[in-house]
Amino acid sequence: MGMTITEKILANHAGKNFVEPGELIMADVDLALANDITGPVAIEEFKKAGGEKVFNQEKIALIPDHFAPNKDIKSAELCKSLREFAKEQNILHYYEVGRMGIEHALLPEQGIVLPGDLVIGADSHTCTYGALGAFSTGVGSTDLAFAMMTGQCWFKVPETIKFVYYGKLNKWITGKDLILHTIGDIGVDGALYKAMEFTGDAISSLSMDGRLTMANMAIEAGAKNGIINPDDITLKYIRSRAKRPYNIFKSDENAKYADIIEYNVENMQPKVALPHLPENVVDVDEASNIQIDQVVIGSCTNGRLEDMRLAASVIKGHKVHPYVRMIVIPATQQVYQEMMREGITEIFIEAGAAVSTPTCGPCLGGHMGVLAKGEKAVSATNRNFVGRMGHPESEVYLASPLVAAASAIKGRIAHPKEVVGDDF
Amino acid sequence: MIFKGKAWVLGDNIDTDVIIPARYLNTTDPKELAAHCMEDIIPDFTQKIKPGDIIVAGNNFGCGSSREHAPLAIKSAGISCVVASSFARIFYRNSINIGLPILECPGCSEKIKTGDELEIDTDSGTIKNITSGEIFYARPFPEFIKGIISAGGLMNYAKEVKK
Repeated sequence: MGMTITEKILANHAGKNFVEPGELIMADVDLALANDITGPVAIEEFKKAGGEKVFNQEKIALIPDHFAPNKDIKSAELCKSLREFAKEQNILHYYEVGRMGIEHALLPEQGIVLPGDLVIGADSHTCTYGALGAFSTGVGSTDLAFAMMTGQCWFKVPETIKFVYYGKLNKWITGKDLILHTIGDIGVDGALYKAMEFTGDAISSLSMDGRLTMANMAIEAGAKNGIINPDDITLKYIRSRAKRPYNIFKSDENAKYADIIEYNVENMQPKVALPHLPENVVDVDEASNIQIDQVVIGSCTNGRLEDMRLAASVIKGHKVHPYVRMIVIPATQQVYQEMMREGITEIFIEAGAAVSTPTCGPCLGGHMGVLAKGEKAVSATNRNFVGRMGHPESEVYLASPLVAAASAIKGRIAHPKEVVGDDF
Repeated sequence: MIFKGKAWVLGDNIDTDVIIPARYLNTTDPKELAAHCMEDIIPDFTQKIKPGDIIVAGNNFGCGSSREHAPLAIKSAGISCVVASSFARIFYRNSINIGLPILECPGCSEKIKTGDELEIDTDSGTIKNITSGEIFYARPFPEFIKGIISAGGLMNYAKEVKK
């Protein structure tokens, strides 16, 4: 019987030729990741259990990105504990403020995660790396501590749902719209405990940045991982970055799926997820009467170079609406630098937007753009739960960088064609 | 283990931002975390509950972030056990790993009311509603997970693996 790419990677890391859904396995991890919120808890657990040396200092990544640059004294203490542990253990992949980026943007960009890898991270959006053809999933701090000690993690092999996206994407549609549409269709628990495999000609023509956005939000449908079979786009992205060997796994044609869900995306409209769940998805035109106070473009979901280019192409030559704060946060230093080279930073600043150093900051209501009571934000991020970006009575509308940028100019939720017309 | 307490019935998709808002994640102190548990949907939740009370929820309890602070806040607030129709997978693992008893029992949040007196036997998975007289049966844990629980959590299990 055939296997899916997810099953193949899990089998490979458990020393088996074959695994099937439901099977419990102990597998070797290629990378274990934590940040300034989850890392300190993992370090405490590691020490409490008598941990002295991590299993492999080259296979652990510790990245202060959530409340860094330190937003207050308590956060400074958390970052300090991460930093000191990294020094003590001689952790190879520790990235300090000024060199760091948001973990899930930084690791693929730097070639630290590669196809065929098995990665766990104490952050739910660790599922991002599935875009490279890796198996990656979020865990808690104790699972992470266990992995730092043993190099292993237990898994229940998930069933896979195959998603097939047919048709040519129109110019307004990004990976964000495809994944919002999918979550809107199957719901926030539509892929609970399962793998989501994204396929079809629309995915084959989707950029790596768009793919990373899609895999990133698999967790918002409850999935264990999101994954895309590696192709030429993957290899092109990886070749210049990889500093070690990697394995290309692909799903067999006779692999077994729990379900196959097909979408014709030819005439799709940009999507918006209304408060307070990512499944409350509507076409942008259905939400266009909603006045907004803030726009955020950034995060592990939409802080990559393509996101910045798209947003800038809408913003260029326009001004941010007088009643709107627009906050742009490149996800890594490299994205930030490239934005400067291409004149994108200048476009945002000219338009009246704030451009910041990398941080997860506002996405989780930490800092750099917290909402007051009753305020509304259009955000190119990943969650719109109650209180996610600040006050429990504030509201977050999730959208693509194109829609977010257009909304910043209009002062209300807007289709990008309202700003740039059809000749975009 | 047997737990007795009053039920607090919540809906579907109770997310980790509601269980413990990210604005309080600048600490790892379980007591501080517990003080803010559920406050965005039930103000003063931790003052309203009594030690031993039980959360009963719908589908996808604990969805969202991987923060272990969420089950820690619930446990430290004095909740003895969480029963839900289904759990988000990271929350499920985290609860087992830190020793917060959880039981998966589809549909029981529709039949239990806030304030009902419950008695839960986590070994057999029996949920007795003393107020209404109804009995529910939770899905048993896989053997492998029972092993982690009986080792006293994942890190104790890790010590055994190291040997």
